[in-house]
Amino acid sequence: MNKKYDSIIIGGGHNGLICAAYLAKAGRKVLVLERRHVLGGAAVSEEMHPGFTFSVAAYVVSLFRPHIIRELELAKHGYEVIPMDCSFLPLPNGDSLARWADPQRTRREIARFSKKDSEVYPEFSRVMTHMGKLAKTVIDYPAPDITSINPKELANLFRLGKTFKDLGPELLHLNIKLITMSALDFLDLWFESETLKAPMSVSGIIGTFQGVRSPGTAYVLLHHYMGQLDGAFRSWGFSKGGTGGISMACARSAMSYGAEIRTEAPVKQVLIKNGKATGVVLENGDELNAKVVISNLDPNRTYLKMVGKEYLEDDILKEINRFKLRGSSGKVNLALDSVPEFSCRPGDGDHIRGDIAIAPSIDYLEKAFDQAKYGEFSTRPYINAVIPTLTDPSLAPPGKHILSCFVQYAPYHIKQGAENWPKYREAFGDAVVDTMAEYIPGLKDKILYRQVLTPWDIEQKMGLTEGNIFHGELSLEQLLFQRPIAGYSKYKTSIPKLWMCGSGTHPGGGIMGANGELCAKTILTSRAI
Amino acid sequence: MPIQTPFFPRTSALCNSMNWKEWAGYYAVSSYETLHDSEYFAFRYSAGLLDITPLYKYSVKGPDAAAFISRIVVKNINKLGIGRVSYCCWCTDDGKVIDDGTVMRRSEHEFFVTSAEPCYSWFSRFLRGYDVELKEISEQIAGLALQGPTSRDILKHVCDADLDDFKFFSTRLARADGYDIYVSRTGYTGDLGYEIWVENKHALKIWDAIISAGKNFDIRPAGLDALDVTRVEAGLILKDVDYYNALHALIEGRKSSPYEISLGWTVNLNRDPFNGQAALKTEKEKGSKWAIVGLDIDWPQIESLYNRHGLPPEIGNRAWRGSIPIYTGKDKKTQVGYATSGTWSPILKKNIAIATVEKKHDMIGNELQIEMTVEHKRYTVSAIVSKPQFFNPERKTSNPDSQKS
Repeated sequence: MNKKYDSIIIGGGHNGLICAAYLAKAGRKVLVLERRHVLGGAAVSEEMHPGFTFSVAAYVVSLFRPHIIRELELAKHGYEVIPMDCSFLPLPNGDSLARWADPQRTRREIARFSKKDSEVYPEFSRVMTHMGKLAKTVIDYPAPDITSINPKELANLFRLGKTFKDLGPELLHLNIKLITMSALDFLDLWFESETLKAPMSVSGIIGTFQGVRSPGTAYVLLHHYMGQLDGAFRSWGFSKGGTGGISMACARSAMSYGAEIRTEAPVKQVLIKNGKATGVVLENGDELNAKVVISNLDPNRTYLKMVGKEYLEDDILKEINRFKLRGSSGKVNLALDSVPEFSCRPGDGDHIRGDIAIAPSIDYLEKAFDQAKYGEFSTRPYINAVIPTLTDPSLAPPGKHILSCFVQYAPYHIKQGAENWPKYREAFGDAVVDTMAEYIPGLKDKILYRQVLTPWDIEQKMGLTEGNIFHGELSLEQLLFQRPIAGYSKYKTSIPKLWMCGSGTHPGGGIMGANGELCAKTILTSRAI
Repeated sequence: MPIQTPFFPRTSALCNSMNWKEWAGYYAVSSYETLHDSEYFAFRYSAGLLDITPLYKYSVKGPDAAAFISRIVVKNINKLGIGRVSYCCWCTDDGKVIDDGTVMRRSEHEFFVTSAEPCYSWFSRFLRGYDVELKEISEQIAGLALQGPTSRDILKHVCDADLDDFKFFSTRLARADGYDIYVSRTGYTGDLGYEIWVENKHALKIWDAIISAGKNFDIRPAGLDALDVTRVEAGLILKDVDYYNALHALIEGRKSSPYEISLGWTVNLNRDPFNGQAALKTEKEKGSKWAIVGLDIDWPQIESLYNRHGLPPEIGNRAWRGSIPIYTGKDKKTQVGYATSGTWSPILKKNIAIATVEKKHDMIGNELQIEMTVEHKRYTVSAIVSKPQFFNPERKTSNPDSQKS
């Protein structure tokens, strides 16, 4: 069975599947090889407890590019996203802050903490909407190559420059601040209330090994503001059936165009002949050939495991080794017997149907980071929790619920050594449940099943090196034309015929799909196949 | 001044937005919260509960009931099975539509008819010679629409009916907690859903029972704004929005035949005489002038128009109603019709509309132009003709044993 494929994609994450769909739609013969029995990579839904379907890792959607939904007919194939109406912040003193889609309601909520902030809030949103427009030029195109004088590259650079110029001086200056400042300093430009700033600042640290006071985190803030749902910027949503629902829609789309997808087909390494990638070897020894090989894996795994040091030049090896992964977050998924009710705002109302942040103060967040700096998980972490079952009842039996907690910080490199994470897994889970139980009395009695994912587990289960949810930190030196490696930012690798389409490429992580799309389009326009 | 439906004590207590409208002389909730989105998503992902009492309701009983209704409506109701429901319309003698509604056969000689307009006077014109009793029961019977994927599970907890074996467009008597209800598997959302008919005196009981059973299935009371989005997605037309009642139309140009408003499929032409038969036969032979179509409006073009003004695309989150010109031709200036309602469809990720266009332009896939105003300026964007029924999930018609996820 030595069929010749135009391309073999290693890894059936959402980007791999989207890449496959685009290539297959263009008439190419595509094979996707997934190590696990389920598709989706980190955007995966699995029944972890009878009747309970967890979005095991990635749990909300915002950044997914709308044109991909159109071009791959994903709505037809089951892409369904339900927007979240509220961001809820319970506070330890019994108070709480809920930010709603309804602006007047939000204004009144914020005014309880700062009248000034309540009126500045829409101004901030207005500015961020302008910034979010950058998304089209920044994330919908491959990163421009700043070293090239090729007219096409210059045109790309010009287009990017023009978008920035069109912002006008005021916004342009702000943009510079955004790139260099810390998330907190940036928010300080607008707001005075800590109760408001704390939950807003966490967008700047999600998935990074930084604190809200670390310079550069303001950019990550923007990254999370670039999302849009149905034309509305900054809105987040639940994928019907969990985030695996999106991956499955991508898979069905790919198959409808003729792509072949195999699960439980782990790849051992990329076949390299005469310095070029010619196919892959599976764990079971099978060799499969293709004109190009595309890796949906992170840069580290792609270069070091799939290719191997012996094929890498020293400078590439050096670059890959300095590429920062250092995962900083974990995930705790709870199956609950009934609705978790917050003591500060009881009931199962709309306030808990969106995302729930445990970020009561800036100091709380900094302290959580402090522990991580010295190789400990935060005993009182920042948590972003959702109860998707209040919106999508198909995920759990009637009346039962899922509380899904994204937890930061859980550094991959704990001082006891990453491989010792399994020993601390339950202690980490306890810290999360204890934290949540401070706000949800009786939570512990409601728990039917608990799944704890440390960064170590994320690495083992999903194959994300060091458990980094973005395939590499979203810090400025690892973005755009430097993602993952300067000179190889356009989905190519240093090995001819080997490409990359995962979150470790431009424009970075999140369930966005742009990486897979741009990789496929780059391959097609360069006539590589 | 509008009056209250029997559900008003509940709906008014829940209506935080105070956003009401008038519907057939009743107060009806437009949206319970300021933004109706969550009510829309309840219809599509869990269940929404909507007060549909304002519909006009008629009881037709007697040995000639089937023949009588068949005489009035375009469909042959004699053939409608017991326990089955028919959606159809009725016409003037010149074959122009007066109203559309459902006809439910509760037993051999007993029918329940709903309509959007008062039709007693029209129906009673044809009573002579038939052994039937026609009664308007609009103010005696309250109605609820329970629509959405979890509606079956909820209703199972409320009444004794076997809903796993209850087909799309069926109706039956069921026993709730000590009182009777009629359940029909019908609705205006294009999704799995039911309509529940109950005597006024039991109205609050059934509301409470449904809400309480629905708690575990993420039920939500929903208003007409959410309904409007779903009905456009399902391509269901609305009287006085997508067409006019022929009896009320001031000019001929406002009248439409069933063929012109995508209801041609409801017409059974070759049978005993019925209102409008001759005219409809002629139109069927000669062809219609107009057709209702769905339009899939090009999103990238909209985006780039907004971008031209430095704006992100602004799409209202409500369905709109009105009359928007539709053009064709090289210069995009020959008007061939008008769109009457439309919406951004969150589930299809499309900007869609229902439009009336000249028949010769109704081919699926045909590219037309729709007028669009962006930042006070008029433009046109392409719109592709499609079937009006944009959204039609399998669960709408399937039963549990046949249902695949």
